[in-house]
Amino acid sequence: MAQTMTPFATFCLRMGDNALILGQRTGEWCGLAPVLEEDIAFANMGLDLIGQTQHWYGLIADELGQSPDQLAFFRSEREFLNTLLVEQPNTDFAHALMRQYLFDAWHLPMLDGLSQSSHQGIKDLAAKAVKEVRYHIERSRDLIIRLGDGSPESHARMQAALDWLWPFTADLLARDAADEALVADGVIPDGDQIAARFTRETTETLAQATLTAPDGPRRTGGRTGNHSEHMGYLLAVMQSVPRAHPDARW
Amino acid sequence: MLALSDAKALIATIPDPEIPAVSLVDLGIVRDVAYDADTLVVTVTPTYTGCPATAVIALDIETELLRQGAEKVRIDTQMSPAWSTDWITPEGREKLRAYGIAPPTMAAANCAGMLAAQSPACPLCGSAETTLISGRGSTPCKAQFRCASCLEPFDYFKAI
Repeated sequence: MAQTMTPFATFCLRMGDNALILGQRTGEWCGLAPVLEEDIAFANMGLDLIGQTQHWYGLIADELGQSPDQLAFFRSEREFLNTLLVEQPNTDFAHALMRQYLFDAWHLPMLDGLSQSSHQGIKDLAAKAVKEVRYHIERSRDLIIRLGDGSPESHARMQAALDWLWPFTADLLARDAADEALVADGVIPDGDQIAARFTRETTETLAQATLTAPDGPRRTGGRTGNHSEHMGYLLAVMQSVPRAHPDARW
Repeated sequence: MLALSDAKALIATIPDPEIPAVSLVDLGIVRDVAYDADTLVVTVTPTYTGCPATAVIALDIETELLRQGAEKVRIDTQMSPAWSTDWITPEGREKLRAYGIAPPTMAAANCAGMLAAQSPACPLCGSAETTLISGRGSTPCKAQFRCASCLEPFDYFKAI
């Protein structure tokens, strides 16, 4: 599918897939988070993300000839274009918070830029979503700092989460010819600006949290459909009911 | 055929499914009510993109209008301009407070998505000494605070 799509559809699908897969991961905390308030917070942020997904898929449903539900539930692993970061498993609460924070640190400048898009549909969606995501990053940044600069146990867990997840941020910031074509048309913001804001945000926050981003290899591939092993398991859970009952109505 | 003025009056009485103390009009999510030939078209704007009440709201409006004599009803969703808590009416704010939910303390443009500066007064005892418990509450649009004076927890409707 990816080879034949327009740059616009590719971009919207990537945005929607990121939001959907992170929303699914976030939703996995429902009933399981360490404290009730954070359980509710993750569930509600998952709702925001899945709501945004519906709108991203809605923008390209006609072009792709598939409804948002079909895109979510009836594509296979290689057809999903989300970044490697969002599909990483919950592992523990530190991993979930760090994954959320790193995503938010990219998502906010991306949506800020998109709210000036030359494409009206993207502009309207981004102007709405950015208001929600400002609240997301306020929470995740606050918790990264409190737990990173917290007890020896919380610090060690946050550092371990950062060590695991940081290499996947390369996939968030990756770009290809589809992106460059859209930048040239003013549809999406320049990747350099987003990378600069991401770096400024994470540098300041991780320093306050007394955490250190690791050196070493960076991981990419999700944006072109080459996922980590965790993705298949996630899809199996997320898609099992609609695939077992494809004609179900509720 | 249901008169347009009657339809508008009717919609103003439909409660929000999750916060029934306020109506859909109080919340500012009804953007327009008009006839398109013989079809009554109600344009609504979602509060949050993923608000689970959105589908229920559309169903509630349709059901109520059909029951009161409308023949054809269509619900349109309008994304832009994005809904803002600035659109909650003064009556809506008072109803929220009376219900135990502190209304937004500032204009959306000034909050920049930061709860830290919004510090609502306790809707129960009026004290200004309140602390944030969590940025989210029973719905995405609310946060949880606790009053340091009467010690009661309460919901706050976040500025957005």
